Amino acid sequence: MSASKDSEAEPLRPEDTLTDTPIATEDQDEAISGEASGEITPPPLPPRPRMTVAHRGSRSSLRSLRPSTGTGRPPLQGKATTALSLGDVHTLSHGATLHEVHSSAASRQASATAGYNVSRSGSDIDDTASLRSFAPALEVSADLESILGEVIPDREGLAWKPTASPSDSEKRAEAAIFSDDEVFERTFAHEFDELEQIKEDGSNELSVLSEWKSKLKHFLILSSAGKPIWSRHGDDRLITNYIGVVQTIISFYQGAKDMLKGFTAGESRFVVLSKGPLNLVAISRLGESDSQLRTQLESLYMQILSTLTLPSMEKMFSNRPSTDLRRPLQGTETLLSALADGFTRGSPSTLLSALECLKMRKSHRQVVNNTLLSKRRPGLLYGLIVASGRLVSVVRPKKHSLHPGDLHLIFNMLFEAGSVKAGGGENWIPLCLPGFNNTGYLYMYVSFLNLDKASKEVTERPSTSDGPGDEVAILLISADRESFYEMREMRNELVEQLEKNGSIRIIRIAVKQGRSSCADIVPGTLIKHFLYKSRGNVQFIMPSYEPHFSTLIAKRRLHTLYAHLNSTLHARPTAPKIHHETSTTYTAIAWSTPLFELYAIAPSSTPRTAMAVAANAIVTYVRRNEDRVFIIGGAVF
Amino acid sequence: MADSTGAQAPKPSSSVKLVLLGEAAVGKSSLVMRFVNNDFQENKEPTIGAAFLTQKCNLPTRTIKFEIWDTAGQERFASLAPMYYRNAQAALVVYDITKASSLTKAQHWVAELQRQASPGIVIALVGNKFDLANPSSSSAAEGEGEEGEEGEGDARKIPAATAKAYADEEALLFFETSAKTGMNVAEVFTAIANAIPETSLKGPRGAAGQSGRQQEESRVNLTGPRDNVGAKEGCAC
Ligand SMILES: Nc1nc2c(ncn2[C@@H]2O[C@H](COP(=O)(O)OP(=O)(O)OP(=O)(O)O)[C@@H](O)[C@H]2O)c(=O)[nH]1
Ligand SMILES: [Mg+2]
Repeated sequence: MSASKDSEAEPLRPEDTLTDTPIATEDQDEAISGEASGEITPPPLPPRPRMTVAHRGSRSSLRSLRPSTGTGRPPLQGKATTALSLGDVHTLSHGATLHEVHSSAASRQASATAGYNVSRSGSDIDDTASLRSFAPALEVSADLESILGEVIPDREGLAWKPTASPSDSEKRAEAAIFSDDEVFERTFAHEFDELEQIKEDGSNELSVLSEWKSKLKHFLILSSAGKPIWSRHGDDRLITNYIGVVQTIISFYQGAKDMLKGFTAGESRFVVLSKGPLNLVAISRLGESDSQLRTQLESLYMQILSTLTLPSMEKMFSNRPSTDLRRPLQGTETLLSALADGFTRGSPSTLLSALECLKMRKSHRQVVNNTLLSKRRPGLLYGLIVASGRLVSVVRPKKHSLHPGDLHLIFNMLFEAGSVKAGGGENWIPLCLPGFNNTGYLYMYVSFLNLDKASKEVTERPSTSDGPGDEVAILLISADRESFYEMREMRNELVEQLEKNGSIRIIRIAVKQGRSSCADIVPGTLIKHFLYKSRGNVQFIMPSYEPHFSTLIAKRRLHTLYAHLNSTLHARPTAPKIHHETSTTYTAIAWSTPLFELYAIAPSSTPRTAMAVAANAIVTYVRRNEDRVFIIGGAVF
Repeated sequence: MADSTGAQAPKPSSSVKLVLLGEAAVGKSSLVMRFVNNDFQENKEPTIGAAFLTQKCNLPTRTIKFEIWDTAGQERFASLAPMYYRNAQAALVVYDITKASSLTKAQHWVAELQRQASPGIVIALVGNKFDLANPSSSSAAEGEGEEGEEGEGDARKIPAATAKAYADEEALLFFETSAKTGMNVAEVFTAIANAIPETSLKGPRGAAGQSGRQQEESRVNLTGPRDNVGAKEGCAC
């Protein structure tokens, strides 16, 4: 554990680690196709570090209110990226904050005044040490259990805890991976319920307040003047006090020229993201790390920029610092809430800052790409075909790529928030894509396809009862607000041609098939679920949630585990290349190479060697099917 | 829906570009959804940008294909409105009879249309959410001077007569509707179809007729059959 690495003395800034400089797209494409060609064999599983867990006990006092010494807020999505693809995003989202790995042990520090983190690297070591498994194979389970027991304390409100014995858990599919946790299940089941309105006479105020307090996850957005802008739960009247408290704490630190990043109160982790005139706050009892919460806040911030653009928001505040942003944001609340709920349910796409594609044969995707290219109109900037949040095909100019954060906003609007979906017909939507350019609006033509009779006029959208899995949308994005009819004609010709050349049928089949199961991907595997992210393509693949993780709660627990594994892999300064851990109910592996990140989960009885074999099998599968599971290059003009 | 009925008769057919304007949440999208899909959603989310829908309307002598722009009522989209009404031959300016401010907003839209839109544009003023009015306070959809009868529990804030008087003054078509029950929805569109002067009708995507104010007389208040609650099959046009 190299506590004394020089680089750690500096705050980690994404600019340092990452391509802030535009890489020529051609190069990027080459790089991508280089990977695609399979020339590069993923490195074998590296040997495990042989280290012992140190300082576990000593960490406790280290942080609660931690003023940041770093100036490095990620410039992130706020900055125009004329450059390139997807490349720089992932690391950005972690870059600024990697040193802060959330540890629930820290969250035991109920006191908000527990202490300052004097030694950053010291605390980093503590965090990573506490999260990593160094135990040799034979001793794995005892040692890890205790580690996990600390990291994820056995306590209500947390997403999972290792309690049941393996033999119990083998009986039921879900319990095979996660033990029962009725308290969590009960709480989470009401997580998305709307709060009651507080009555005029205030008679139900206490009960509403306790409902509010029982939410596992809160998001608040306020202006730096302390005006409430948006909150996921509770109206102004309910949250005023809390906003006041949060605001006081933030300004205290701002006054001290320190940026507050996060603190713990009770079981809840508070993370604050200051963005110019806005403060965004996440309060979570779901065990996410600070950097993961911050990524979520970044995404909410991007949504605000997407509505307003950065210059116009800044202008409002410079004209009137006490501006009430709720008015100009009117209507954006549903989009913010949809984003927030996606995070609370668990969003692999946000966790990995990557996109998921619809699996298709390379030749089939080629036909779709070529059709998009051949029907392209001069006004087109980006063209996308999307099947319920999974990308089918993209057409884009050589010098512009698509930012996963931008796409996430679009997918959220189309597939999570109901506004566009429910409206029917075709849509023409002005929006700012802050990852592309946060200063101006683009115009997005949206039409949902009726897959069974695609070229029929789309006066009526397929009824929502088809389920969200069946939705395919054509998105044509232009910089010209007048180009609706041009885009519409392109869409009509495109769909007609796709129908003619059989692509619609192929898309329909792929959509209906859904994601492959683990068993289809690696026959006979013990792996129950995995996430594989290709760094070069900024895309990920995962198997279907069924049958083990079909419920909302099982998904949440799965994503909590992924979040934990992810923060372990990204812990600084000593991020492990590979991490293996076992609880009484599951075994997990996390593996990071320059090419990919892989997280896989199996029942606890799975031996370490079997995990390694399975992980290699997944990697082999992805490599063999790279052209199918990822969009490589896309259609470029 | 209406598409099927349109095919048999080789009646002359023409496109009419229609725009819906009005304050947020007055029910523009709901009216369109009732007209196009004969459907209603209790908690509809606000429109973002604008939605484009088409629906045919069969008149005795011709078929009108409406190309409908359902715009977002939220303030921040207001600057985009000209794009949608610029070549429109018809406009539905919608307010919510339970919300006083919405009529004021509607009046602003009417003024803007009269100033900036095609001179011949047919404008209908539509007071929506009739179902929320107390049935005893206004027995009919169209103004019959029922003001002053507002009983308790009546959510109506804008008497039909007030809006009707304003509509007459400005020579607008006037209806009270309910997207929820379907009341008068098809009638509004039929009335508009009938009010579009033949001269301004061209083939599909025909330009709006620049016939000035000559069709003043076609702007009479075409009231639909009163008992005609609910949009019927085939758009009833
Ligand atoms: N009771 C009743 N409610 C209605 C009626 N029409 C619409 N609503 C409701 O009013 C709300 C707003 O309706 P929308 O159709 O979305 O309003 P809009 O004018 O399109 O709003 P924007 O798109 O934001 O401009 C929804 O919750 C509808 O269910 C109606 O006739 N009666
Ligand atoms: Mg609407």
